Amino acid sequence: MSSRLSQRIAFALLFLATLVVVLPVVVILAIIVAKGASAISWEFLFTMPRDGMSAGGILPAILGTLYLVLGAVLFAVPLGVAAAVYLVEYSGDNRFSRLVKLAIVNLAGVPSVVYGLFGLGIFVIFFRFGASILSGALTLGIMILPVIITSAREALESVPRHFRTVSLSLGASRWQTIRHSVLPHALPGILTGMILGLGRAAGETAPILFTVAAFYLPRLPQSVFDQTMALPYHLYVISTQVPGVPENVRYGTALVLLALVLLLNLAAIILRSRFRARKKW
Amino acid sequence: MASKRLRKLKEWWIEKAILLSGIFSVVFVALIFLFLLREGLSLFRGESVFDFLLGKSWYPISDPPRFGILPLILGSLLVTLGAAAISVPISLAAALFIAEIAPGRLKEGLKAGIELLAAIPSVVIGFIGMITLGPWIKNLFNIPTGLTALTGSVTLAFMAMPTIVSIAEDAITAVPRQYREAAIAMGATKWQTTWRIVARAARPGMVAAVMLGIGRVIGETMAVMMVTGNAAIIPHSILQPVRTLTATIAAEMGESVQGGAHYAALFAIGIVLFIITFLINGVADLYLHRSRR
Repeated sequence: MSSRLSQRIAFALLFLATLVVVLPVVVILAIIVAKGASAISWEFLFTMPRDGMSAGGILPAILGTLYLVLGAVLFAVPLGVAAAVYLVEYSGDNRFSRLVKLAIVNLAGVPSVVYGLFGLGIFVIFFRFGASILSGALTLGIMILPVIITSAREALESVPRHFRTVSLSLGASRWQTIRHSVLPHALPGILTGMILGLGRAAGETAPILFTVAAFYLPRLPQSVFDQTMALPYHLYVISTQVPGVPENVRYGTALVLLALVLLLNLAAIILRSRFRARKKW
Repeated sequence: MASKRLRKLKEWWIEKAILLSGIFSVVFVALIFLFLLREGLSLFRGESVFDFLLGKSWYPISDPPRFGILPLILGSLLVTLGAAAISVPISLAAALFIAEIAPGRLKEGLKAGIELLAAIPSVVIGFIGMITLGPWIKNLFNIPTGLTALTGSVTLAFMAMPTIVSIAEDAITAVPRQYREAAIAMGATKWQTTWRIVARAARPGMVAAVMLGIGRVIGETMAVMMVTGNAAIIPHSILQPVRTLTATIAAEMGESVQGGAHYAALFAIGIVLFIITFLINGVADLYLHRSRR
């Protein structure tokens, strides 16, 4: 076989493999939109569920997910950005910073259901927050911490070294330098990480199973110590635990969840590519 | 003068807060392990570690209860091996295509597509797998239920792919230009260069990518719980329902009594999962560092 022919065959095979990886996104999207679009209505998005979740809307699940995700980001962003500042601006490459990096890798690798166990053990039981929005948001917050730290680190590292040297040589202190000549330039990258974290937290089910998620609770939460329904858990419940839920309600719920998560991720991808294109240095 | 001192004091506090935030990641990993131990270790007052890990029956609510997790370990192993067999070759091929062959625009588009695949919530993938893949496998093999280990493997393969592709793609892109230039200058075709030189140089990074993909599969919970049928028995074939470690925790925690033996056993499964993923991630990290050097 000539080397030219074998190259052709090889490239065709690699291309096929790539299609196999990317096509599911299109297929999943197509199936869910085709079967779920008919369920989407004003009533579906903005009213309470009725008749054992087989009719009515999914408002409490949507709002519950929003509360949880906002809580998680509120907790994780300040902590994660500060940790990234420590790693990039303060620590250098010492033994402790290597330990911190290893810890971040491991936080990213801990299975989501183990986060659920951890949240149950520490927030629900040890701190006595009970199954509540507070417990769920904190659990999700720790889970998305690696996402936030990694993007913030990348953003800080992409700010050129001489921005810092110039600022320091003009007599600014270390913190002033970070605050005024580094952080503003890293902001779009930090924002990207925040949006990715939002998307990740919105879609996770296992960490909220034992820390906050309510099976069926057709009212809106009153405080952070209340339980709440949440979109991903609701989809799990109506597709496996409750018989007789109409098909388009299931697909409709999946559509709302998928749209929320994919739009957030798309926003992050666009923001990041704009940021990269606009950089002048 | 006073304001300068005030500023210095403020900055001192800010810098201490930043240092503290750096420490928090380490603290959280330690806390996760500690709280798993705190709730899970009480199981081993009445049960030997040996019986727990190698016991052949998981009957948590019979009397007396049996807490052997061997069927669950084998369930996880079977589903994971199946998913790896499907996803590893496809993902590495796709990574080579994206890194070496796809032209600029297509490359960006494909990378965005893979990022979106990674973002799809596992409960949505489980839902689609349950409704489309399950019946299809049931008819194809003419078996009583479509919710089997194979269904789980195929579903999880798609969840491992984005991880493997993106990390392997990074490793391939990081191979120095000179390697390619030297090979082309010696008269090698583009494919020979890609396959014999670039893929070989990127091997440590590819190993890390595969390990992290497998780590994701072992820890995956919702999708696997929805498509594998959840029978806690030692599997004899890939066309049988199985139950994984993760699915057992997620499915049974709700019905266990806090502080009871069943509850402790579920946390003990959490300890096993934590240790497995900790080891996989640690080794993968070593390979990644080696590939960067």
